[in-house]
Amino acid sequence: MSAQEVVFILIGIATGGTAIMTVTSKNLVHAALFLAVTLSGIAAEFLVLHADFVAMVQLIVYVGAIAVLFLFGLMLTRAPIGREALDSQNRGLGAAVALALFGVLSSLIVQAFRNFSDAGLAVLPDGPGPVEIGEAIFSTWVLPFELISMLLLGALIGSVLLSRKEEGESGEIEAITRVELSDDPSTEVEYAELLPGGEA
Amino acid sequence: MSPVAPLILATFLFCVGVYGVIARRNAVLVLMSVELMLNAVNINLVAFQSLIWQDAPAATGQVFALFIIAVAAGEVGVGLAIVLNMFRNRASVNVDDVDLMRW
Repeated sequence: MSAQEVVFILIGIATGGTAIMTVTSKNLVHAALFLAVTLSGIAAEFLVLHADFVAMVQLIVYVGAIAVLFLFGLMLTRAPIGREALDSQNRGLGAAVALALFGVLSSLIVQAFRNFSDAGLAVLPDGPGPVEIGEAIFSTWVLPFELISMLLLGALIGSVLLSRKEEGESGEIEAITRVELSDDPSTEVEYAELLPGGEA
Repeated sequence: MSPVAPLILATFLFCVGVYGVIARRNAVLVLMSVELMLNAVNINLVAFQSLIWQDAPAATGQVFALFIIAVAAGEVGVGLAIVLNMFRNRASVNVDDVDLMRW
Protein backbone atom coordinates (compact mmCIF):
# COMPACT_ATOMS: atom_id res chain seq x y z
CA MET A 1 0.00 0.00 0.00
CA SER A 2 1.60 3.19 -1.13
CA ALA A 3 1.69 6.44 0.83
CA GLN A 4 -0.65 7.93 -1.72
CA GLU A 5 -3.20 5.24 -1.02
CA VAL A 6 -2.93 5.82 2.75
CA VAL A 7 -3.52 9.55 2.33
CA PHE A 8 -6.44 8.83 0.00
CA ILE A 9 -8.07 6.48 2.50
CA LEU A 10 -7.62 8.91 5.41
CA ILE A 11 -9.19 11.81 3.49
CA GLY A 12 -11.85 9.40 2.25
CA ILE A 13 -12.85 8.44 5.80
CA ALA A 14 -13.19 12.10 6.76
CA THR A 15 -15.18 12.85 3.60
CA GLY A 16 -17.52 9.91 4.15
CA GLY A 17 -18.10 10.96 7.76
CA THR A 18 -19.07 14.49 6.81
CA ALA A 19 -21.27 13.12 4.02
CA ILE A 20 -23.18 11.08 6.60
CA MET A 21 -23.45 14.17 8.81
CA THR A 22 -24.88 16.04 5.80
CA VAL A 23 -27.79 13.67 5.38
CA THR A 24 -28.47 13.13 9.11
CA SER A 25 -27.90 16.56 10.62
CA LYS A 26 -30.87 18.08 12.42
CA ASN A 27 -29.90 21.62 11.63
CA LEU A 28 -30.27 22.77 8.05
CA VAL A 29 -27.42 25.25 8.14
CA HIS A 30 -25.14 22.64 9.69
CA ALA A 31 -26.10 20.27 6.87
CA ALA A 32 -25.09 22.87 4.28
CA LEU A 33 -21.77 23.50 6.03
CA PHE A 34 -21.08 19.75 6.28
CA LEU A 35 -21.82 19.54 2.55
CA ALA A 36 -19.19 22.23 1.95
CA VAL A 37 -16.65 20.21 3.98
CA THR A 38 -17.54 17.07 2.01
CA LEU A 39 -17.04 18.87 -1.30
CA SER A 40 -13.67 20.21 -0.11
CA GLY A 41 -12.70 16.69 0.86
CA ILE A 42 -13.57 15.49 -2.62
CA ALA A 43 -11.39 18.30 -4.03
CA ALA A 44 -8.53 17.02 -1.83
CA GLU A 45 -9.12 13.52 -3.24
CA PHE A 46 -8.80 14.96 -6.75
CA LEU A 47 -5.47 16.48 -5.72
CA VAL A 48 -4.29 13.08 -4.44
CA LEU A 49 -5.31 11.59 -7.81
CA HIS A 50 -3.16 14.19 -9.64
CA ALA A 51 -6.15 16.00 -11.12
CA ASP A 52 -5.13 19.48 -10.02
CA PHE A 53 -7.28 21.44 -12.45
CA VAL A 54 -10.46 19.53 -11.62
CA ALA A 55 -9.70 19.99 -7.91
CA MET A 56 -9.43 23.76 -8.29
CA VAL A 57 -12.63 23.90 -10.39
CA GLN A 58 -14.37 21.82 -7.74
CA LEU A 59 -13.27 24.24 -5.02
CA ILE A 60 -14.33 27.32 -6.97
CA VAL A 61 -17.64 26.05 -8.32
CA TYR A 62 -18.85 23.82 -5.50
CA VAL A 63 -17.42 25.26 -2.29
CA GLY A 64 -17.40 28.83 -3.53
CA ALA A 65 -20.68 29.03 -5.40
CA ILE A 66 -23.00 26.08 -4.84
CA ALA A 67 -22.58 25.86 -1.05
CA VAL A 68 -23.34 29.58 -0.76
CA LEU A 69 -26.33 29.11 -3.08
CA PHE A 70 -27.62 26.35 -0.80
CA LEU A 71 -27.19 28.60 2.24
CA PHE A 72 -29.20 31.30 0.44
CA GLY A 73 -31.89 28.76 -0.40
CA LEU A 74 -32.08 27.65 3.23
CA MET A 75 -32.26 31.19 4.57
CA LEU A 76 -34.92 32.23 2.06
CA THR A 77 -37.22 29.30 2.77
CA ARG A 78 -37.14 29.53 6.60
CA ALA A 79 -37.43 25.80 7.13
CA PRO A 80 -38.08 24.48 10.63
CA ILE A 81 -35.30 22.85 12.65
CA GLY A 82 -35.57 19.30 13.97
CA ARG A 83 -35.34 15.76 12.80
CA GLU A 84 -39.07 15.11 12.47
CA ALA A 85 -39.54 18.22 10.37
CA LEU A 86 -36.62 17.41 8.09
CA ASP A 87 -36.93 13.66 7.63
CA SER A 88 -39.82 11.78 6.11
CA GLN A 89 -41.36 8.58 7.40
CA ASN A 90 -39.36 6.27 5.13
CA ARG A 91 -36.01 6.73 6.85
CA GLY A 92 -35.75 2.99 7.42
CA LEU A 93 -36.56 2.26 3.79
CA GLY A 94 -33.90 4.73 2.71
CA ALA A 95 -31.29 3.14 4.97
CA ALA A 96 -32.18 -0.34 3.70
CA VAL A 97 -31.97 0.68 0.03
CA ALA A 98 -28.69 2.53 0.54
CA LEU A 99 -27.09 -0.32 2.48
CA ALA A 100 -28.20 -2.93 -0.05
CA LEU A 101 -26.92 -0.82 -2.94
CA PHE A 102 -23.60 -0.26 -1.19
CA GLY A 103 -23.21 -3.96 -0.46
CA VAL A 104 -23.89 -5.05 -4.03
CA LEU A 105 -21.76 -2.37 -5.68
CA SER A 106 -18.78 -2.64 -3.36
CA SER A 107 -18.63 -6.43 -3.59
CA LEU A 108 -18.78 -6.08 -7.40
CA ILE A 109 -15.93 -3.56 -7.37
CA VAL A 110 -13.74 -5.67 -5.09
CA GLN A 111 -14.33 -8.74 -7.27
CA ALA A 112 -13.71 -6.88 -10.51
CA PHE A 113 -10.38 -5.39 -9.42
CA ARG A 114 -9.12 -8.36 -7.41
CA ASN A 115 -6.38 -9.13 -9.92
CA PHE A 116 -5.55 -5.55 -10.76
CA SER A 117 -1.87 -4.70 -10.82
CA ASP A 118 -0.58 -1.22 -11.42
CA ALA A 119 2.45 -2.59 -13.25
CA GLY A 120 4.97 -1.56 -10.63
CA LEU A 121 4.11 2.12 -10.76
CA ALA A 122 5.66 3.54 -7.60
CA VAL A 123 4.30 7.03 -8.19
CA LEU A 124 1.53 8.16 -10.46
CA PRO A 125 2.74 10.00 -13.53
CA ASP A 126 1.54 13.57 -13.76
CA GLY A 127 -1.93 13.65 -15.22
CA PRO A 128 -3.09 16.04 -17.91
CA GLY A 129 -2.54 19.62 -16.82
CA PRO A 130 -4.58 22.69 -17.72
CA VAL A 131 -2.85 22.91 -21.10
CA GLU A 132 -3.79 19.39 -22.13
CA ILE A 133 -7.31 19.78 -20.77
CA GLY A 134 -7.80 23.04 -22.64
CA GLU A 135 -6.54 21.54 -25.87
CA ALA A 136 -8.81 18.53 -25.44
CA ILE A 137 -11.88 20.68 -24.70
CA PHE A 138 -11.37 22.94 -27.70
CA SER A 139 -10.47 20.21 -30.16
CA THR A 140 -12.13 16.88 -29.36
CA TRP A 141 -14.90 18.08 -27.05
CA VAL A 142 -15.89 21.30 -28.76
CA LEU A 143 -19.46 20.24 -29.46
CA PRO A 144 -20.25 19.16 -25.85
CA PHE A 145 -18.58 22.35 -24.66
CA GLU A 146 -20.86 24.51 -26.77
CA LEU A 147 -23.86 22.45 -25.69
CA ILE A 148 -22.90 23.05 -22.05
CA SER A 149 -22.72 26.77 -22.67
CA MET A 150 -26.20 26.77 -24.20
CA LEU A 151 -27.44 24.64 -21.30
CA LEU A 152 -26.03 27.10 -18.77
CA LEU A 153 -27.68 29.99 -20.63
CA GLY A 154 -30.99 28.11 -20.55
CA ALA A 155 -30.59 27.37 -16.85
CA LEU A 156 -29.79 31.03 -16.15
CA ILE A 157 -32.85 32.35 -18.00
CA GLY A 158 -35.04 29.59 -16.61
CA SER A 159 -34.11 30.21 -13.00
CA VAL A 160 -34.57 33.97 -13.37
CA LEU A 161 -38.02 33.35 -14.90
CA LEU A 162 -38.99 30.85 -12.23
CA SER A 163 -37.91 32.78 -9.18
CA ARG A 164 -39.23 36.14 -10.34
CA LYS A 165 -42.39 37.44 -8.74
CA GLU A 166 -45.55 37.78 -10.78
CA GLU A 167 -45.56 40.24 -13.62
CA GLY A 168 -45.35 43.88 -12.77
CA GLU A 169 -44.65 43.30 -9.11
CA SER A 170 -40.96 43.95 -8.91
CA GLY A 171 -39.95 46.67 -6.52
CA GLU A 172 -43.28 47.00 -4.75
CA ILE A 173 -44.00 46.14 -1.15
CA GLU A 174 -46.50 43.34 -0.82
CA ALA A 175 -49.41 44.06 1.45
CA ILE A 176 -49.51 40.57 2.93
CA THR A 177 -46.55 38.38 3.74
CA ARG A 178 -47.60 35.03 2.41
CA VAL A 179 -45.49 33.04 4.86
CA GLU A 180 -47.80 32.07 7.68
CA LEU A 181 -46.21 28.94 9.12
CA SER A 182 -44.07 29.05 12.25
CA ASP A 183 -43.98 32.79 12.32
CA ASP A 184 -44.84 34.84 15.34
CA PRO A 185 -46.79 37.85 14.06
CA SER A 186 -45.10 40.08 16.61
CA THR A 187 -41.78 39.63 14.88
CA GLU A 188 -43.13 41.02 11.62
CA VAL A 189 -42.85 44.71 10.89
CA GLU A 190 -46.24 46.29 10.35
CA TYR A 191 -47.01 47.04 6.75
CA ALA A 192 -47.93 50.60 7.65
CA GLU A 193 -44.42 51.33 8.89
CA LEU A 194 -42.99 50.32 5.54
CA LEU A 195 -45.07 52.81 3.59
CA PRO A 196 -43.33 56.02 2.59
CA GLY A 197 -45.85 58.23 4.40
CA GLY A 198 -45.42 56.48 7.74
CA GLU A 199 -49.12 56.37 8.57
CA ALA A 200 -51.51 53.89 7.01
CA MET B 1 -2.36 2.66 -6.58
CA SER B 2 -5.28 0.33 -7.00
CA PRO B 3 -8.57 1.90 -8.11
CA VAL B 4 -10.53 0.01 -5.45
CA ALA B 5 -10.25 2.73 -2.78
CA PRO B 6 -11.56 5.57 -5.01
CA LEU B 7 -14.34 3.40 -6.37
CA ILE B 8 -15.42 2.32 -2.88
CA LEU B 9 -15.40 5.93 -1.71
CA ALA B 10 -17.50 6.94 -4.72
CA THR B 11 -19.94 4.10 -4.06
CA PHE B 12 -20.22 5.13 -0.43
CA LEU B 13 -20.91 8.77 -1.26
CA PHE B 14 -23.47 7.71 -3.88
CA CYS B 15 -25.30 5.50 -1.38
CA VAL B 16 -25.28 8.27 1.23
CA GLY B 17 -26.84 10.48 -1.45
CA VAL B 18 -29.48 7.84 -2.19
CA TYR B 19 -30.32 7.66 1.50
CA GLY B 20 -30.60 11.44 1.65
CA VAL B 21 -32.90 11.63 -1.37
CA ILE B 22 -35.22 8.98 0.10
CA ALA B 23 -35.16 9.99 3.76
CA ARG B 24 -35.17 13.77 3.68
CA ARG B 25 -38.36 15.81 3.54
CA ASN B 26 -36.92 19.23 2.93
CA ALA B 27 -36.51 19.94 -0.78
CA VAL B 28 -33.24 21.83 -0.31
CA LEU B 29 -31.75 18.87 1.54
CA VAL B 30 -32.90 16.56 -1.26
CA LEU B 31 -31.04 18.79 -3.71
CA MET B 32 -27.93 18.57 -1.53
CA SER B 33 -28.11 14.77 -1.62
CA VAL B 34 -28.36 14.87 -5.41
CA GLU B 35 -25.18 16.95 -5.42
CA LEU B 36 -23.45 14.27 -3.35
CA MET B 37 -24.42 11.64 -5.92
CA LEU B 38 -23.11 13.75 -8.82
CA ASN B 39 -19.82 14.26 -6.99
CA ALA B 40 -19.45 10.54 -6.44
CA VAL B 41 -19.60 10.03 -10.20
CA ASN B 42 -16.90 12.67 -10.61
CA ILE B 43 -14.58 10.74 -8.31
CA ASN B 44 -15.11 7.68 -10.52
CA LEU B 45 -14.27 9.56 -13.71
CA VAL B 46 -11.13 11.16 -12.30
CA ALA B 47 -9.95 7.89 -10.75
CA PHE B 48 -10.35 5.97 -14.01
CA GLN B 49 -8.54 8.71 -15.89
CA SER B 50 -5.52 8.92 -13.62
CA LEU B 51 -5.24 5.32 -12.40
CA ILE B 52 -6.12 3.14 -15.38
CA TRP B 53 -6.11 5.15 -18.60
CA GLN B 54 -3.31 7.60 -17.84
CA ASP B 55 -2.37 7.98 -21.48
CA ALA B 56 -5.88 8.15 -22.84
CA PRO B 57 -6.08 10.77 -25.56
CA ALA B 58 -7.98 13.99 -24.97
CA ALA B 59 -8.06 13.70 -21.14
CA THR B 60 -11.51 12.16 -21.37
CA GLY B 61 -12.14 11.48 -17.69
CA GLN B 62 -11.20 14.89 -16.38
CA VAL B 63 -13.00 16.73 -19.19
CA PHE B 64 -16.18 14.83 -18.44
CA ALA B 65 -15.79 15.58 -14.73
CA LEU B 66 -15.66 19.27 -15.65
CA PHE B 67 -18.78 18.91 -17.80
CA ILE B 68 -20.62 17.22 -14.94
CA ILE B 69 -19.61 20.05 -12.59
CA ALA B 70 -21.07 22.59 -15.05
CA VAL B 71 -24.31 20.64 -15.49
CA ALA B 72 -24.63 20.25 -11.70
CA ALA B 73 -24.23 24.00 -11.24
CA GLY B 74 -27.06 24.65 -13.69
CA GLU B 75 -29.18 22.00 -12.02
CA VAL B 76 -28.76 23.58 -8.59
CA GLY B 77 -29.73 26.98 -9.94
CA VAL B 78 -32.95 25.77 -11.54
CA GLY B 79 -33.72 23.46 -8.61
CA LEU B 80 -33.41 26.22 -6.03
CA ALA B 81 -35.56 28.50 -8.21
CA ILE B 82 -38.25 25.80 -8.27
CA VAL B 83 -37.96 25.36 -4.49
CA LEU B 84 -38.32 29.10 -3.93
CA ASN B 85 -41.37 29.17 -6.19
CA MET B 86 -42.86 26.24 -4.28
CA PHE B 87 -42.22 28.03 -0.99
CA ARG B 88 -43.86 31.20 -2.29
CA ASN B 89 -46.96 29.35 -3.45
CA ARG B 90 -47.46 26.85 -0.63
CA ALA B 91 -45.44 28.22 2.33
CA SER B 92 -43.69 24.87 2.62
CA VAL B 93 -40.63 23.20 1.14
CA ASN B 94 -41.54 19.65 2.17
CA VAL B 95 -41.48 17.31 -0.78
CA ASP B 96 -44.49 15.36 0.51
CA ASP B 97 -46.61 18.52 0.64
CA VAL B 98 -46.24 18.95 -3.10
CA ASP B 99 -48.42 16.11 -4.32
CA LEU B 100 -50.58 18.21 -6.60
CA MET B 101 -49.72 16.13 -9.66
CA ARG B 102 -50.11 12.79 -7.92
CA TRP B 103 -52.60 10.54 -9.56
